[in-house]
Amino acid sequence: MDAHIQVKNLNAYYGKQLALKDINIEIPKNQITVIMGPSGCGKTTLLKTFNRFFELTENTQLTGEVLVDGENIYNKDIDVTEVRKIVGLLAQRPSPLPMSIYDNVAYGMHIHHMRKNREDYKDGVKHYLEIAGLWEEVQNRLNEPATSLSIGQQQRLCLARGLAVEPEIILGDEPTSALDPISSQHIESRLLDLKKQYTTIIVTHTLRQAKRLADYVIFMYLGELIEAGPAKEIFSNPKHERTKQYLEGLF
Amino acid sequence: MKKKHFEQRHLVELFIKTIMRIALIIVASSLGLILWTIISRGLPSLTWDMVTQIPKGGYYMGKEGGILNAIIGSIYLASGGTLIAIILSLPIALYLQAYAQDSKWGDYVRLSLDVLWGIPSIVYGAFGFALMIMLGLRASLIAGIIALALVELPIMTRAMDEVIRRMPKDLEHAALALGSTKFEVALRVVTRQMLPGIITGILLAFGRGIGDAASVLFTAGYTDRIPTSLMNPTASLPLAVFFQLGSPYPEVRERGYAAALILTIIVLFVSFASRWLASRLSKYSVK
Amino acid sequence: MAELNSTFTTTTKDRRTKQDFLASRTFFVLTVFPVLLIVIITVALFLRAQPILSEYPLTDLLLGEIWKPNQGLFGFRPFILGTIWVTTVGVILSVPASILTSIYLAEYAHARTRAIAKPILDLLAAIPPVVYGVWGLLAVVPFVDDVLAPLAEGRLDSISIFSVTQPTGFGILAGGIVLAVMIAPLIISVTFEVLSTVPNDLRHASLGVGATQWQTIRTVVLPQTLPGIIAAVVLGASRALGETIAVLMVVGNVPKVPTSIFDTAYPLPALIANNYGEMMSIPLYDAALLGAALVLLVVILIFNILSTLVLQRMLRRK
Repeated sequence: MDAHIQVKNLNAYYGKQLALKDINIEIPKNQITVIMGPSGCGKTTLLKTFNRFFELTENTQLTGEVLVDGENIYNKDIDVTEVRKIVGLLAQRPSPLPMSIYDNVAYGMHIHHMRKNREDYKDGVKHYLEIAGLWEEVQNRLNEPATSLSIGQQQRLCLARGLAVEPEIILGDEPTSALDPISSQHIESRLLDLKKQYTTIIVTHTLRQAKRLADYVIFMYLGELIEAGPAKEIFSNPKHERTKQYLEGLF
Repeated sequence: MKKKHFEQRHLVELFIKTIMRIALIIVASSLGLILWTIISRGLPSLTWDMVTQIPKGGYYMGKEGGILNAIIGSIYLASGGTLIAIILSLPIALYLQAYAQDSKWGDYVRLSLDVLWGIPSIVYGAFGFALMIMLGLRASLIAGIIALALVELPIMTRAMDEVIRRMPKDLEHAALALGSTKFEVALRVVTRQMLPGIITGILLAFGRGIGDAASVLFTAGYTDRIPTSLMNPTASLPLAVFFQLGSPYPEVRERGYAAALILTIIVLFVSFASRWLASRLSKYSVK
Repeated sequence: MAELNSTFTTTTKDRRTKQDFLASRTFFVLTVFPVLLIVIITVALFLRAQPILSEYPLTDLLLGEIWKPNQGLFGFRPFILGTIWVTTVGVILSVPASILTSIYLAEYAHARTRAIAKPILDLLAAIPPVVYGVWGLLAVVPFVDDVLAPLAEGRLDSISIFSVTQPTGFGILAGGIVLAVMIAPLIISVTFEVLSTVPNDLRHASLGVGATQWQTIRTVVLPQTLPGIIAAVVLGASRALGETIAVLMVVGNVPKVPTSIFDTAYPLPALIANNYGEMMSIPLYDAALLGAALVLLVVILIFNILSTLVLQRMLRRK
């Protein structure tokens, strides 16, 4: 397996409470990995350690390593903004920035000075809105505030905004949980389209979504990694008792 | 992914963070500077006589005596003002919470309280003075108390309102679901729950009242005696500081510094007491 | 028995509902008081100032340069300009440090730092004006005299607002420094409240694409909160406008239109406080001083109402 992210002996604490217990896992490149488990199992926490969002919560502590392309993103000389550029995040609720639709997509490109002139930025915005499947709907209203979009459109806008800084990895923290079924399906099909170019990691608590998306599955329970493996194996033949119970819908 | 230390935005980040830290240090150290000045200049002339005696003959030329008149006067003024303010602000704060949490009227009341808070105490003093002329009153303890009550009212009410607003709502709803009327909820649950907030509000207002000079300047007057009636003029600590500092005699000015130290100690004590009480009391209420 | 019981409960219930009704009425009546008080104060001051307002045109009073109550000359201009000068210097000195401090506390500082900073700010806000005045007299005036004035002299002489005009240290700069410290806690705490209305989701959205914290603050947080921050500054300014004792003690109190920050000034509140003793002995003097209070009140009311409306809207969105 070609691992894009390697997690080694990762422990995470909120205050004194241990939220992740000695996690060791490798996440395959250019596939969709789904992290699942009952609520409070630490799946979102694990996800947040991949783009160093975990440290944004006060009074947290982390030990162990997270390697992206073999490099520990928690090393002292690592630029955290660079980590977050490479590892993009699609949040649970869409969070459009308080600016126009256009500026939302151009935001990250501007911050990293990724284009040379106005025309290039325009092309970039168009390109990523197309990838996110939003271009058709918004091409005539690019200067309207992003908050004027529907929730589902906002989430696709956030996807476009994240892709515009050219990440290699996309994290999704229950990215469809706030959306209606049709919008959810939009996002899911985008993610499936994109998986050839991006390593995608999705946290979800709906089993059906996990089955639709996953190439690789991580099952967590109470802060521990119970089982991980290719989706087919886990779903058809889980080795661990807990996983079996979860798949059967026992908790 | 290596950190590009010399990339412009990282330099900007570092620069901004540094000047912010410097700003915080400047603000915080100004408290230290003020306290240091007051303590180092006030302590040498602070004597036991200062706090136990009233001015004797020739006190204002540097002879014996103290400012007990001002200390007692200030306590009378601030306590009286606080008492009247409580009578008005407690019901207002409870009303805002129980009946007008998000109503238009509640907004108007809060707006006017905030605006009252912003009115300088010299204007309250001038207003009190205007009232006194109209009513034919002279400078007296009661006039000072009323002026201070007006100064304290918005501070106390808004402080109570703010703390009560942060109270967890489910408790209130639980009480409502048990069949209590809103008034009973307000009285029992809110009062008990909000005791820390109420105490904070009261002590905050008391601290403000005892330190306020401009409002009592016109209304309470100044005297060397300890008032025995509400109609007597009354001395106050801030004015004791103010007047003694204007003296041509260095000994008297030195005592003015000592008086400032006494006032500072009282105010800091009140401030610490409210902090301590609030944290102690909140242990007994549902968080 | 069952019937008896239910009668019993209804009467208690009636009594209790009635109690509720009564209480809400009484409490409601009390809430009218603050609203009414603003009107009463304004009207009372207006009535007391009426004699002088009917005697002289308003423009003569506000723009008149000469203040000689004995001769019936009541020009407020030096006092109004003195107030504006001291307030402006105070605000200019206070705003950068205050806003940077509150941004630091809201966006960067650890909970531990905030826990230390909060009581310090509370204490700064609790120190009485007269104590600020003593500090100004003992520390700030000498500092202006010994350090700042010599520093400006010879270097900034060409700029008239920095020219050293008198040798005492008392004056606008000393008043401004004292005011700057006095209004800092207010500006900091209001700005902090305003900044915390910005949902973390927005910050995370920006950080998530690799923005630095300052980029996030500059492009997301500040544009959103600018009206609130301006309101905080206006509140601070109106606090400075009305500050009496502390300013009075360090500003020099010479009724002359100032032209430099090293000039003395005589702000309106100081005028009122210094002369209340004689105000009944000279004709129209009391009306003039209460008129000064009215002018002050009206300006402060406008400032306060506008900024409070802005803040009410912003803080409710939370």
